[in-house]
Parts: sequence; structure tokens; C-alpha cells
Amino acid sequence: MHVLAINETRAVAGGTAGAPAGSATAGMAVSVALAGSGGSGVMTAGTMLLDAAARAGLYGIMVRTSGPQIRGGEAAALVRLSRRPIDSLDDTFDLLLAMDWQNVNRFADEIPLRASSLVIGDADEGDAPEVFAASGARCVALPLKKTAKAIPGSWVNMLALGLAGGLAGIPAEALEAALRASWKRTEAGLLANLEALHKGLAEAQGIAGMARLAPGAAATGSRWLISGNEAAGFGAIRGGVRFVAAYPITPATELLEWMAPALIKVGGALLQAEDELASVNMIIGASYGGVPSLTATSGPGLALMTEAIGLAVSAEVPIVVVDVMRGGPSTGIPAKSEQSDLSFAVSGLHGDAPRLVLAPTSIADCLATTQWAVQLAEALQAPAIVLSDQFMGQSRAIIDRPVDAGFAAARLTAAANTADYKRYRDTESGVSPMAIPGTPGIVYTADGLEHSEAGIPSSQARDHRVQLDKRERKLAQHDYGRWWADIEGEGDAAVVTFGSVTGTVREAVARAAAQGVGVRLIALRLLAPAQPERLAQALAGVRRVLVVEQNHGAQLYRYLRSVYDLPGRPASFHRPGPLPLRPAELTGAIVEWQRAGTPEKEIA
Amino acid sequence: MNDVATPAAVLTAANYKSATKPIWCPGCGDFSVLGAITKALAKLQLPPHEVAVVSGIGCSSRIPAYTNCYGFHGVHGRSLAAATGLKVARPDMTVLVTGGDGDGYSIGGNHFMHACRRNVDMTYIVMDNHVYGMTKGQASPTTEPDWDNKLSPGGTGVRSFHPLVIALAAGASFVARAFAGDPNGTADIIAQGIRHPGFSFIEVLSPCVTFRPEQREWKQHVHAAPVAPTDDAAQAARRVMTDDGFNLGVLYAGDRTPYPLRSGKAKQTVAELEAEFAL
Repeated sequence: MHVLAINETRAVAGGTAGAPAGSATAGMAVSVALAGSGGSGVMTAGTMLLDAAARAGLYGIMVRTSGPQIRGGEAAALVRLSRRPIDSLDDTFDLLLAMDWQNVNRFADEIPLRASSLVIGDADEGDAPEVFAASGARCVALPLKKTAKAIPGSWVNMLALGLAGGLAGIPAEALEAALRASWKRTEAGLLANLEALHKGLAEAQGIAGMARLAPGAAATGSRWLISGNEAAGFGAIRGGVRFVAAYPITPATELLEWMAPALIKVGGALLQAEDELASVNMIIGASYGGVPSLTATSGPGLALMTEAIGLAVSAEVPIVVVDVMRGGPSTGIPAKSEQSDLSFAVSGLHGDAPRLVLAPTSIADCLATTQWAVQLAEALQAPAIVLSDQFMGQSRAIIDRPVDAGFAAARLTAAANTADYKRYRDTESGVSPMAIPGTPGIVYTADGLEHSEAGIPSSQARDHRVQLDKRERKLAQHDYGRWWADIEGEGDAAVVTFGSVTGTVREAVARAAAQGVGVRLIALRLLAPAQPERLAQALAGVRRVLVVEQNHGAQLYRYLRSVYDLPGRPASFHRPGPLPLRPAELTGAIVEWQRAGTPEKEIA
Repeated sequence: MNDVATPAAVLTAANYKSATKPIWCPGCGDFSVLGAITKALAKLQLPPHEVAVVSGIGCSSRIPAYTNCYGFHGVHGRSLAAATGLKVARPDMTVLVTGGDGDGYSIGGNHFMHACRRNVDMTYIVMDNHVYGMTKGQASPTTEPDWDNKLSPGGTGVRSFHPLVIALAAGASFVARAFAGDPNGTADIIAQGIRHPGFSFIEVLSPCVTFRPEQREWKQHVHAAPVAPTDDAAQAARRVMTDDGFNLGVLYAGDRTPYPLRSGKAKQTVAELEAEFAL
């Protein structure tokens, strides 16, 4: 029955895709794709463009995409700049600037264009590939390499930076400052590249047909440039994490690499483990020792960790596991995003094993959500899984300096020589004081075997029941406060979503509202344990629900239907990675779903 | 309770034993190893709450709860990983790891190798009885290839694993062999292992009287190593590869620098880390 409903609603939603005639946010935002083969320096240029935009008081996001090669393959920096904070890519790009066309056609799906887009290529590289030209975009050929060559010591990507920056409306001073700030070589080289940059800027002046952004208000000191992986790492340290065990895996590695030196600075340690089985058991050992601990991984690593996460449930040892999700199953699509580990995170442990599952709703929110996860894990003596993904993790954004939410590890510990100490005492809250090794008079053995309140292994029915109830109760009864979800807007219909697609959903909801279709947006930050009362309150007055997510199996939809009573006949919009959900297709889906009438008609 | 008021009492082996009754079969070698561990701790006069005993799954992995120290009874094969995390995060704790041949050499084999090369300061005591006892008698990595059992009738046909040679090759900095039937000798070796900085590996021949009753004969075969311990790993490896398998004592003691542990000293405040992101 569920499958039938999903398929039918998917058919409804699927018919609405398609690029709009023009960007719905023209003038407010600009989307630029810089592409080229290995060594062409597009990532460097993209990063500097984002940096320059930040200096010009703008917001922005840069998504990295590359071919499967370890080094030297084609790459593209997908940059969207805006006068308002943004968390998602647009439907189409205003500008595609290619250093060369070698394999760049592989990015055709990731760099959608429209008739009013502009494509700039090198005159010596021939025409733009048909996959791009077919959009009807205006193609301009410029002597990129020749021009750079004429300025000895300059690089073609700095010429491209000037061109792209000029076309996007970024002031010359900001671009120049970005280049100077990142320059680590000779003064002569800097001067040559500044010349190339200005040559590009001058060239841009002669190219019409692209809306330039007006600079924003200078925002020195109040904005950050950060990736989701860095934000999660910083949130972990803010929350109190001082031990990390790490096994490298795409796309989580940068989170661990950021933490390695940062932890040493704050008196912590990061240890590289031999595999994920080791890394998760190491953090359980460290946390058993009283030190808040974390590991980060992706789907394959999370799969290996599940047995030990169950140990953390049973032995009541707080740990945080950040899963930077990628395309699955198995090795899947390692460097591309997908929200397909949700089912596994909420239910993938053997036995009845209550755990916390959280998901940040933006790059910036990777910080606060990970920090919150540390606090919750520590307070509730339970494992917390944080579902980030490749899109959030590896993308870099200009964000308003996040206010420190203040989440901090505070574990309930037992005092030395506590009389009649029982580690797993059946307390009212379900949380029992933890003896920290080194504390005299209250030694105990942490155990994955079912145990009595005193921690003695037990297969007695009563002990099992008491401990199962305790572990469930401590999570279920906790007051999670307003952070459980972001709830925005009004209407008798609601879109429920989670994770990195939230930004796209928010944009689609705004566009639908502009078309007269108002819906409520509920982005769940706390996925497990379920919050039935809070959701019922959030859905007060709502007659119908549309669930949006980026996976093939409608995992959130199925999960929500299994743990919540949703009004009407819930509908699902779900599509797997690796391509991001686009605001236009979602806007279309929301509008069509709302105009389709009653839920009964929609399904019929 | 009166720790402060009275002079420190001398701790005896009994002070390190808990009231929990072992699940082991009568005659199991592990009783003696438990005794040897508590004797070694008494010898070193380590406060019980400053010692953590970490284990995986199996008969011998039950030891933590039988001690009066902090215990950690984790999942099968991952004791060394849990102990590594504990020791690196809490350098002040004395960390012992206990387990059997199946837990340490089969499911935990990868961690064994990497614990040896990482050289974290802790002591790993393996009670080797060449059999999976808890699951009622299957071949382990150290079982002879022709040992008949229900899971591999006629024997596995697979050559047995040589833990001491592996440990030496992987870089363990202290390698010893002990025998459960000699609790005093074993206690002495364990005490030396605890004192040794770095990863100490102690293989204890611990008979399984239920599934390998022939191991009762081990007491006839064991003998003290006829040579002094060496700090030459190649020489130690040659010795253990050519000895009769019943050579007891410290067979190798090197001086490799142990893995660095968490300092706990902050050089910067958390707020200062923000500078990297601020525009």
C-alpha cells in the first residue's frame, strides 16, 4: 500500500520538472560554473571568487564537483552568490566559464543552462559541446590561454577569475584583495596575476546579457567562510569533544583532517585507526574513560560501526558518529551526495537499541547540530548519529557568524565512594550516574551483555525488561526543546523534510508562496527519537503533508508514516542523488500537489 | 573510606578480586590467570580504581567483572581498540587487555597487528587454549590443523597462527610467554609487562580442560626459556620460531618510544579557533 501511494505521488510530482525560462531570483543571485580539466585551477578560482564575494558583503555557496580521477581529472566549481543567505544551488547557471572543453561535457547534468545563460570558452578549444549549446545559451569564444600567455608569469584561471567576477558584479578591489590574501609565491608572480585579473575584468565589461549583482553592505567580522565538514568539526569541539578516532573516507575525511590540528590546540587528541571497527570502539573506550568522543565516516563506515554503536547503547557510553552521507548502497557514488542512510541510521542496529539521530539543515547548522549532538549524547549516555552529507560537508558557504547555541557536554557522573552505587540504576529519568575510571569506591564493568542495575551480566527477564525500559525512557522522556525542528510559514498544508535539501525546499516554498500557494515548512533536526506531540503541534491545522528527500526509497516518508500519525494521505517527493534537487522542480511539485485538490482526489 | 586518615594499607591479591563468581568450568586455566593478574597488581600496589581491565568476548574475556578494577566488556575482537581509545584519552589509567585466541587472533587479528605497531602503553594478556570454548569447541587460529571438531570434521587443514612471531614482526615492544599452571611466574611476567613502557604482549598457555582435555599435559612440557630476554627482535623471532612452543618467560623487551597520549593541556581557547573562519 505504501509503495503504491509513493509511486502514484511520484508520478504527479515527476511531471513538473523542467527549467524555467529565467532564473526566479535574477538580480538577487548569480550562478557561475567554472570548469576545466585537471590543473586548470578552477577550484582555486572558484574559492577566490567566493572569498571576493564575501569581501563585497555578499553571501554565497561553492559546491565542488569532479571526475572520478584521484588527481588531474576534470573539475568544476559551482558558485552561487547572493545578497541574501543561501543554502542551495539554483535551477540553472547564468554563466559557464570553461578553461577548456576536455571532458567538461560530463558535467552537463550538473551545470544546467537556459537560453539566457552565457557560455564562455577558449577560442582555441573549439565550440562549446552540443550538450551545453543545445540550451540555446549565448556562446562567446575568447582567447583565454593566449591572453594569459601574453602576460608572462600569469595563470589563465586568474584571467577567468577576473572575467567571472566582473560578470557577476564583484568589485575589482574585492577580487584583488582575495587574490592578494591567498598569494604565497613571488611578488613578480602576484603582479602578473593581478594584471591577468584586471584583463579579465576589462574583458567582462564588454560582455552584455548577464545581470550583475550589486555589492552588499560590508560585513567585516560578522560573517564566516566555512564548509559543512569544518562546521561539524568545530561544533564537536565547542560541544566538548576532546578525542577523535578517524579512518579516512570520502566525503568525511576533511572533517577529520580539520579536527586533527584543532584538537591538539585545545588539549585533545585524534588517532588514526586501522579501520572503522577500530575507530568506533576507540571512541567508546575513550568516552568510557570520561572524555567526550566522536568519529566521522560515511555510509560504508557506518555499516561497519553498527555492532559497536549497539554496545554504546547497552553499556550506556556516549558517542557521536557523524555520517557524511554519499550515494549508496555499497561503495556507491563516493563523491556525490544522497540522503540514503536515513533508514539505516534510525533502525540499523540489532536488538531494541534506542539511539539519537540528528540532521543539520544547512552548512551553517552543521555546527550547532553537531554541538547539540554532543550535548545530547553526553546528557543521555547514548550514541548520537549526525546525518550530514557530501553536499553540505564539502561545500563552502559565506554565512552569518553563528551565535554559539551554548550546547556543552555535561555528563551525570557518580561521586567517589557513593554508597550502594549501581551503574545502571533504574532511575526515574532513565539516566544513571556514571562512574568515571579513576574514581575510587565505585568501580564497575561496562558491559554489552545484558546486565542487572549493578552491572552484573544477567539473562533474567526482569533485568532485561528494566534495562530496555530504562534505555528507551531516557531518550523518550528528554525535553528536546525548540531545536527538534525548524518550522516556518503558515498554511493548511506542510512540507516535511530533513538535512541538506532543506535550503532547496525553503526556496521552493518561497516561490510557491509567490504564486499564491502557501505551505508550512517543517525541517526535522531530531529524527530519532520521534517527537509525536511536537509534530502534532507543528501540524495543527494542517490537512495534508508532502515529504521531500533525496533518496530513491522514500526513506523519510516511510519512517514518518511508521512513527507518526500524519494527517490526510501523505505524499512523497523523492529522488536519488547525485544531482541536487532543484528549486523549480520542487516548486512545481508543491504547486501541483496543492492545486490537485483533496488528498483523496490526489491519490485516485 | 579512611584513605586519608590512615597510612596506605598494603593491598593484597584479594583486594583486586570482585565478588562475582566466574562462569568458567572447574579446572579452567583462566582461574589461575585471574589469580596471576591480581597478584601482579598487588605486587605493583596499584590502586584498583586506577586500573582498567578491557576485554572482548569469550571465556577469558569475562575477566574484567571478576576484578575489583574498572572493567570494560565490549564486543568480540575489539578489546584492543577500546583499550587504545581509553589509554590515549586517559593516560593516567593503567590499562590491561584480556582475552582469548579466537577474540584476539581471529576476529581481532587486524587490531592485534596494529596495536603492536602503534605501541600504546598497555598490557595485552591472551589466554590461548587453541579452541573456541564459549561456543563449545571449534578451531581457533592457534588450533592444530588436524584437530577434529564438529564445525570442521577432520580438522581445518589450515596451519596455525604464531602470535609471538606476528607480534614481533608487527613491532610489539615486549613479548612474553607464560603458563596458567604457574601463577607466580605468570604474575611476575604480567608485572614486568605493566611496568614496560609501550605495548606489552603476554601469551599465556591456559588449558581448556573441557574441549581440549589433552592440554592438561601442558604442565609436563613447559619450561623456563633457557636464554635471557633480548632486545633484538630478529633474534627473538628466530628463537620463538624454532623453540618447542613451551618456552616460558620474557622473550623480547625493546625500547621503542610509546605512542603519544593526550596531553589535556590547551594551548588555545575554543573561541580562538573561530579566527580561521572569520572574514
